[in-house]
Amino acid sequence: MPEGLATTHEQAAHGALQHHFENMEQQREADTLGMWVFLVTEIMFFGGMFLAYTLYRYKYPEAFAAASNHLDIKLGATNTVVLIFSSFTMAMAVYSTQVGKRRNSIVFLILTMMLGLTFLVIKAVEYHDKYVSNLIPGTLIPGHPFNPNAHELHLPPGVSTGHVEMFYWIYFAMTGMHALHMIIGIGVLTVILILAWRGRFSPEYHAPVEITGLYWHFVDIVWIFLFPLLYLLGRHMEGHMG
Amino acid sequence: MSEHIVHPRVYLVVFLALLVGTGLTAWVAFFDFPGPLNAVIALTIAVVKATLVIMYFMHVRYSSRLVALMIASALFWMAILFALTISDYSTRGWLPLT
Repeated sequence: MPEGLATTHEQAAHGALQHHFENMEQQREADTLGMWVFLVTEIMFFGGMFLAYTLYRYKYPEAFAAASNHLDIKLGATNTVVLIFSSFTMAMAVYSTQVGKRRNSIVFLILTMMLGLTFLVIKAVEYHDKYVSNLIPGTLIPGHPFNPNAHELHLPPGVSTGHVEMFYWIYFAMTGMHALHMIIGIGVLTVILILAWRGRFSPEYHAPVEITGLYWHFVDIVWIFLFPLLYLLGRHMEGHMG
Repeated sequence: MSEHIVHPRVYLVVFLALLVGTGLTAWVAFFDFPGPLNAVIALTIAVVKATLVIMYFMHVRYSSRLVALMIASALFWMAILFALTISDYSTRGWLPLT
């Protein structure tokens, strides 16, 4: 490759370069930083719910353990693996775009979306189980008010079903917001997939794929905390409770 | 600063480490450790997994220090949120209300 070719190539403005940036490098760094600023607001948003969880778990430990033990640990663990796998395929989609392998990046984007959908289907199965067991808190579902079968939940004496209901409010708020983020993520990935299909991305310009990846990994991280906090918190106490 | 491209082998190793972490956290949850140790172990594993995702999948290890500062500021503000709220709730009833 002749000496001057690389610099000439860089000097020629890329079609995707916005006029207020010096070059593609600066634009990409600004895109990444902007996405991180958004993710900071997301951390604070989920942080508030994690704080509520901490306070109520501290206040009603037995009720939280009993309520948590009613969640399906196999489905929860499967979903954790599904999401981690989807983060891996997302990282591979970014990599494939960075090295200019368009076909691979399309395959990895589709895989990521399929895994995201798998997660949502499993989540829907879990929600349906809670619906059948009358564990949807409050009177959100007409005709199906929160009405736990105390025997089935193995509630220790003295534990109020109201405190169990509190766990399910937090469970549905947190997993519901998380699932909404997954749905939005799949929507954004659909747009990215169409753009990738049309050949918009290249080693010089791939910031949209990169920052969509940042969002996707963030949603994965939220679940990495939700799984042990919601599904595993009372497993070690199962022997103590009737 | 030019872009650092992470080799797929690194992604694969991180992916396998995350799977091991998931198995580990599900396995140790069934052992009854004294005091709050169960929660401490679960959170430690979760923090390690999250750090792996942030550093490698999200490229923070190879990003500018401005990005690292952004994340540190988020964690700092969240620490304030937790510290002030918990210091309120955990000390209620320490003083008799008149």
